[in-house]
Amino acid sequence: MRIGDFKETYAADEAIFRTPAVRAWMVALGSAMLVFPFLAGDYLLYLANLIGVMIIGALGLNILTGFTGQISLGHAVFVGVGSYTAALGATRLGLPFYLCIPLGGAAACVAGGVIGVPSLRVKGLYLAIATLSAQVILEWVFSNWDSVTGGIRGINVPPATLTGVSLNTDFRVYFLIYAVTAAFTYFARNLFRTRVGRAFIAIRDRDISAELMGINLFRYKILSFMVSSFYAGVAGAVWVYFAKVITPEYFPLSLSIQFLAIVIVGGLGSIHGTILGAIFMTLVPELLKAGTEAVKPFFPNAMSYLFPLRDILFGALIVGFLIFEPHGLAEMWQRVKRYFALWPFRS
Amino acid sequence: MEDFLQMVASGVVIGGIYALIAMGFVVIYKATGIINFATGEFMMMGAFFCFTAMTAAKFPFAAALLSAALGAAALGVLVERVVLRPLLGKATISVIMVTIGLSSIFKGVAQLVWSGEYRTFPPIFPRAPVTLGSVILPSRQFYPFLISIVSCALIAILFRSTRTGTAMRATADDPQAAFSMGIDIRKVFSLSWSLAAVASALSGVVIGTMGGISPQLGAIGLKVFPVVILGGLDSIGGALLAGFLMGILENLAGGYLDPLVGGGIKEVAPFLVLVAILMVRPYGLFGTREIERL
Repeated sequence: MRIGDFKETYAADEAIFRTPAVRAWMVALGSAMLVFPFLAGDYLLYLANLIGVMIIGALGLNILTGFTGQISLGHAVFVGVGSYTAALGATRLGLPFYLCIPLGGAAACVAGGVIGVPSLRVKGLYLAIATLSAQVILEWVFSNWDSVTGGIRGINVPPATLTGVSLNTDFRVYFLIYAVTAAFTYFARNLFRTRVGRAFIAIRDRDISAELMGINLFRYKILSFMVSSFYAGVAGAVWVYFAKVITPEYFPLSLSIQFLAIVIVGGLGSIHGTILGAIFMTLVPELLKAGTEAVKPFFPNAMSYLFPLRDILFGALIVGFLIFEPHGLAEMWQRVKRYFALWPFRS
Repeated sequence: MEDFLQMVASGVVIGGIYALIAMGFVVIYKATGIINFATGEFMMMGAFFCFTAMTAAKFPFAAALLSAALGAAALGVLVERVVLRPLLGKATISVIMVTIGLSSIFKGVAQLVWSGEYRTFPPIFPRAPVTLGSVILPSRQFYPFLISIVSCALIAILFRSTRTGTAMRATADDPQAAFSMGIDIRKVFSLSWSLAAVASALSGVVIGTMGGISPQLGAIGLKVFPVVILGGLDSIGGALLAGFLMGILENLAGGYLDPLVGGGIKEVAPFLVLVAILMVRPYGLFGTREIERL
């Protein structure tokens, strides 16, 4: 049992990884993630890459919705803006991936800044509807601006190359995706220890009080939209190098909802909750698929129930978490941790 | 000019349906402050109830419509009681997401029960087209329009001039005052959800008779947002007027702008209008302006 958590210096109090145990666990996690691609098969690697991209995107949405309290139903189109920018940079301008990815982020950032403008005038339900229209309008632009986006046929993108090595397999892309994911997780974690991050939280808790305390609402709300969209854009740009082709169908409203579901199930306003949520919400449908395949010998038409069951499960998870565990997986995680920290006493 | 009138006429027809959907939406918002993202799925469920009553139980159309309304009302009460009530007074994001989750569940259930296939209603209305002046309306547009208009009127009357309607309006105005005057607020919440579900179900049937039904029918529910924002989220009359305006606007945009931009503008135009309204007059034409006090 741990009795106390005493800090003797400010540096120790301000550290991101506060105790030797946490640092040891982080090293273990890092090594496990480095070893993982050498052991995992193609399917697991594919899932891992997908999860990595979802983590980046969902972190962005959590910064906006979980930490700043601004609801966005249009997160998917920012991912789309990032994807298309990166794809255009790679195909038309022949830029390398390490320029295309920040470029995708920057383009989404600008788009997010523009879409964020209504956030000063409207909030809550109205903002949700405003971002919903951004989703509908930009989705339409993706599929109708043929000369740039290639319409419904989309754009094919060559694999990324680094010093002559082509990142053309899931194994190689894994390292690209998780390097980016790690950097962005670190940034997000740090953001809320700065003035800007604290301002975001103040706005979420009560925007009018935040304004009275000298926080420029317009500036910080737009900033939050821009940071969030930058994450989305980077997720989209990384996705391009993973999927090799992009079409408007990759960025529907249901993807925005998927991101919101990750954030809700993981825990609003929690970085590690977002990661847990992304893993959970990506793996659950896959487990369901594996389950239906397993019962196929007994129920020959089990596969035809897969999609309806997936919809039901997805909805039930959102509703269930909201009613029974509103703080999400992050809260469950904390409870488990507390249990072990206090054992043999009850919390 | 002929074209113009024809476009306006079809716009009015579709607008009547939008008005009905929007009324259901506004009834819930007024009473409980919840934005119902599952509106489209309530429509879809209602349409399937009616379809099943007609094909499996061989009910005549009127009886099938009634049973669809009853089924939807029961569904509305169930949803309110089981899912929405625990979340009363919770953050906006929770309330929005719970209705989104519901819509996903409904979609899945409908696919399980009725399969993902596209179906059409058995013939219901007389086939001869209806002529009004120089405008010719196909019968499969005219009669659905009649149904939606009559339903709108019934809901408006219920809301305006019955004791229940007055209780609902009182609750919408000030729940605490209503409660202290002896109005059972929980009953009003249930009633609002069932009334809204009935409105959605009727509009679902109407849309279904015009264009067939499938579990994807609910997608049209998104169109309700431009309508209610234009009319004002808490105004029944606004919803009615905005429904027609949006229907006409959408059709005119489709007719005149589509050749210029290459298709699909009909789906987007209402949302462009929506953004403009939000920037200029977020509370819509007739909505109550929200004033925030600390």
